[in-house]
Parts: sequence; C-alpha cells; structure tokens
Amino acid sequence: MDLELSESELAFQAEARAWLTANVPSEPLPSMDTPEGWALHQEWEARLAADRWSVVSWPKEYHGREASLVEWVVFEEEYYRAGAPGRVSQNGIFLLAPILFEHGTREQQDRFLPTMATGERIWAQCWSEPEAGSDLASLRSTARRDDERGGWVLNGQKIWCSRAALAHWGFGLFRSDPTARKHAGLTYFLFPLDADGVTVRPIAQLDGEAGFAEVFFDDVFVPDSDVLGAPGDGWRVAMSTAGNERGLSLRSPGRFTAAADRLLALYDERPDPRLADRVVDAWIKAEAYRLYTWGTVTRLAQGGDVGAAGSVNKVWWSELDVALHETALDLLGPDAELDSRWLDGYLFSLSGPIYAGTNEIQRNIVAERILGLPREPKGTPS
Amino acid sequence: MRFELTTDQQDFASALDALLAASDPVGVARAWAQGDHAPGTRLWERLAEQGLTMLATDATSVEVCVAFEALGRHAVPGPWVESAAYLPVALGAEVEGIATVAAPPHTPYALDADVADAVYVAGPDGLRTATVGDGLVSVDRTRRLFAVTAGELVAGVPGAAAPGQDAAFDLAALATAAQLLGAGERVLADAVGYVKQRRQFGREIGSYQAVKHKLADVRIALDFARPLLFGAALAPADSPRERARAVSAAKVACADAAYLASRTGLQVHGAIGYTEEFDLSLWLTRIRALVTAWGTPAFHRDRLLADLRSA
Repeated sequence: MDLELSESELAFQAEARAWLTANVPSEPLPSMDTPEGWALHQEWEARLAADRWSVVSWPKEYHGREASLVEWVVFEEEYYRAGAPGRVSQNGIFLLAPILFEHGTREQQDRFLPTMATGERIWAQCWSEPEAGSDLASLRSTARRDDERGGWVLNGQKIWCSRAALAHWGFGLFRSDPTARKHAGLTYFLFPLDADGVTVRPIAQLDGEAGFAEVFFDDVFVPDSDVLGAPGDGWRVAMSTAGNERGLSLRSPGRFTAAADRLLALYDERPDPRLADRVVDAWIKAEAYRLYTWGTVTRLAQGGDVGAAGSVNKVWWSELDVALHETALDLLGPDAELDSRWLDGYLFSLSGPIYAGTNEIQRNIVAERILGLPREPKGTPS
Repeated sequence: MRFELTTDQQDFASALDALLAASDPVGVARAWAQGDHAPGTRLWERLAEQGLTMLATDATSVEVCVAFEALGRHAVPGPWVESAAYLPVALGAEVEGIATVAAPPHTPYALDADVADAVYVAGPDGLRTATVGDGLVSVDRTRRLFAVTAGELVAGVPGAAAPGQDAAFDLAALATAAQLLGAGERVLADAVGYVKQRRQFGREIGSYQAVKHKLADVRIALDFARPLLFGAALAPADSPRERARAVSAAKVACADAAYLASRTGLQVHGAIGYTEEFDLSLWLTRIRALVTAWGTPAFHRDRLLADLRSA
C-alpha cells in the first residue's frame, strides 16, 4: 500500500505544472455562458490542445498523450491548483468521448474526436425531458425510421441541456421503438444543433446566465452514421456516460482540494472562530475525496470498474462542494451577497446535488446495489 | 501508487476477523463488563500470539489499523490501544502482558488498570509509575476506567520533553480511529441485516426510502473515512507534522462516520436497539466512548486547523 508517484509520474507532474504556470490566464475568464466568455473559453481549449494538454489521456492521434489514469488525476490536480479556466468542452471530452471510444465506429471517432479535443466543436448533452427527469427512461421524444434516406427522423423536446445555448452539436436518447419496454427501444443519437427542424431556446440559470436550454425537434433527419451504438441499445450506451459523470471523470479531486485551500486563505483574511469547524471539515472532506480517488484509480488500474460506487462518489463531492461554498459565503459576512468568485462557485455548486441523477436517486442506488436493500414497489406508469 | 491493502495485509485482516468471529467476542465483552476478565485475557493471549502486541514496533501503521479495525468490528474489550499502540511507541519496545496508561489531558484515566500488569501515567517528561485510585463508570461498561496518581519517572529524563510522546499519542489516536471505523462498519452491517427482515405495513422496512437514505449516508460516510485512516497510516515517518495532521483528519472523520452509524443503527432498529440485552448496545456505547477518547473531535479539528493555517 502506498501513495507514491513514480519517477515518470513526477516528471509528468513537473511538466504540467510548468506549462500551466506559463499559460494560465492571470485573470479569470468571463462566464463561459456569455458569448464573450464562450469565445475566450474556446480559445483556451485551442491553446491547451496545441500543446497536447486538452485531453491528456487520449491517444496521440487525437491530440492526447496517452497519459495513464494516475497521470490524468495528477494533471487535474495541477490544473485546478493553477486556477485554470473551467472546461467549456467538458460535455464532449468527459461524457461523450468515453462512449465514442467504447461504442463508436472508427469513422465516428475520426470524425468527432479531433474537433472535440481542440474545442472547435462544443457538445451539449440532451437527456432530460419535461416529463422525464429522474425517471429518464420514461422519455417520449421519438426517432422514426426513414429507410429511404438511410436514417432516422427525430421529434420531441429535451430540456436542461447543458451548454446547448451556444454549443454546436448535441447528444441524447430517443425512443426508436414505441412497442418495446421502457428501457429497450431507445437509441443514442448525435446531431448538429443548427440542423433543419432544431430549435434551441436558452434558459437563464439561477446565476442569470444561459447555461442550459430547451431543444425542440421537429422532423429532424439524422443519418445512420450519426447513431452511436446499435439502434435500441441506447440505454446501455448512455449509462456508461452516467457512470462517468457521477464517478471519476467530471469531478476530479483537484477541484475540491484547490477550493479548500482557497477557503483556508479566506479564513486567514477573515478569521472567525465560530466558523472554524466548518472550514476544517471542508478541508477534511476534500482530502478524503482526494485519497478516495486514489483508491478508485488503484481499482480501475487493476481492471475493476466504478459501478455503483460512482453514486457514493457523486453524493460526496456534490455535498462537499455546497458546504465548502456556504462556509466561504458565511465567512464573507454581509459581503456574501455581492458578486464574487465565491458566489459564482456557490451558485454553480447548487446544481451538483441535482444534475447527473439527483442525490436522492444516488442514495437509492447506494442502498439497493451496494447495501442490497429491497427495491421500493414502483408507482403505476402514467 | 497503489492505495489498497496488499494481499498479505488483506490475508492478515481476514485471519484476524475469522479468529475473532469464532471467539464469542460478545460473550467476552459482556463478561469483561461484569469484571470477569478470564475469557478476555484468554482472547488477549491468542491475539498476542497473532502478533497484535508487536505491530507498533515491528510492522507498519497500516497493519496497526487493520488490526484495530477488526478489534472495533468485534467490540473486543481491554486496553489494546494502550498496550499495542501508545506504550510500545512511548517505551520503544513491545509490551509484555497487559499494560495501560493514562495520558492527561486527553486520556485522563487508565483503562482497565485493575487487570493490567503495569500501569503508567504519561507526563511531559515521560512515563511514570502510577498508583491506581478509584474506578469510574463509563457509558461503555466494558471500559473500566481508573483514576491514577503519577509516581517515579520510569522512561525519560526529568524536566526534559519526552521525544516519543507525540508519536505515541498519534498512534493511539489512529488506532482509536481504526476501531471506530470497524465498529461503524459492524453497526451498518447489522442494521442492514435487520431492515431486510423486519416488516411493517406489509413490507420490509429497508424498502422505504426514509430508511434507505439514512443507511446510504452511513455507507458514504464510512467509505470516505477509510481513505483518511489509511492515508494517515502512510504518513511519512520523518514528518511529525504531516503525521499529526493526517491523524487528526482521520480521527475526526472516523468518529463522525461511526457516530452517524451508531445513531442511524439505533434508529432503524427501533426500541429493540435501545435495550441493554440486544448486542447492538455494545457498539453504540463503545462508539460513544471512543468518539472522545485520545483527543476529542474538537481537539483534533483545532489541531488540524492550527497546522493548516501555519502551513
């Protein structure tokens, strides 16, 4: 049992640190959900990609470095320690790319991965529907077969689509076989958001920015070449995304250890012994998350998978993120309500316990799949 | 980077678990609480044969944590933290037989001084002999505590700061954290077993979300306490400061997680859990006692924050 980095991992860490020190913008970029901030975040992605830092774990032919999982975590730690910008490309590189590597054809990989790596094409995720949130598999948007044109025709409505207001392409599930049982008969589609019949209506989030959108589909044609995985196999394909979102890839420990360090610095500026315990608990929880991640990395390196433990993980980081930012705001006292990086972070943290499967759904998964408790009798489908 | 027990360490944990499970530890603990030490000292000897008393001097802190987690899981009574964690470090040698120590201010009383072959008091300049005074009643009836008065210095130089005391305290706190983790895991396992068979309103109570979510929170808390425990066990030997910081984080997290397990475990058992006769009571009271043993959560949070701020 050890927590040591090897010589080559230490060298990788030093190289990443040096590059980030030299390249990270000194001032935080404007919100990526504004047109100005969006462009600057895309530029930042291009800069990362130019020196092969945008997708370190990917194959070299797709702008990666074939970095190991340990190196990926190391890179993420360095990335957040350096205060580098949020990743406008995260839906693509963290959620879609693992699915493309696993289920995509070679042609799809060649077509989609390079522009994802450079940030040239930004992806939106389109999962939820007005009547399908936590119960995602009850979704109603349809895909109708069109043999003549060799593809499918999409109809329906998606909502809470992250980044869709400004993104170029989207990915989501549609019901391609209305006669099949709930989880069967779903197909995973990739589609341009400027295609004929697609209407995007931005939705302002709690912070006032249009971080997500509604997307309407009115006879949108998608060729067979843009179906990911087999028709009807969409649920299984998508669930590998869900595991990634809950588990390791989206929320690297560096995000929270860096935030905990910033919280300590804030406490030094504005010490308030009444809040001391909450400051130290935020640090402990971030440290626990860091160490837990090394345990996960060890398991994955030995061929294990994250499985339902991704739900344990998701509850932890999302609640830690809220608690950490609440503590920062309380330290700021009456200034807490004023615009600040802490306030931005707080508003963003509030979405964590909701997206990627609410924490109530996660607790059900922990209870049923890890503790082995009986499933609750299901309600009658409406 | 391999943050997982080695095969040898896993085998050691399994062997210890099997030995304890076959030793009627609940019966041992109940006898100990009544002042009948015979079954407990027999178990002590068997565990000493397995090497438990020499881990602190001859193995790593990881093995110490593995052993104490098993002791916590089975609610083994006796001054194990004192004999197998604190004293071997403070004395620089394995302890023969059963020994105990009071280390004020965090550990003001000597656990099981009536059964120990040697009783010490730890002062700033080292270990002293002790005169055993009155017994005190702990919430955990298996923890038989005694007031002590310090006598002659037996290890250390009068007036000089004793070098091993901090390391001894940290290993004792770490071993206590490991026991808490083991006890918390045990309470969760028993609670899960209970809610799967207990039926109300026509179905298992474990199928209700109100119960599920509470138990899921315990699973989550324990899963994130464990890496802090073993992270502290791996703290670099040449950095007392990093060690102290990691130990404090581990003690706080293991105490919080185990305490949550105990509250939740009691709640989902309902009235039967509130009885002395039901075995759950052994872990509920043990956890309550260990939460404040070898440094209260307030002490460890304070020590950790002071260190982080001076970094």
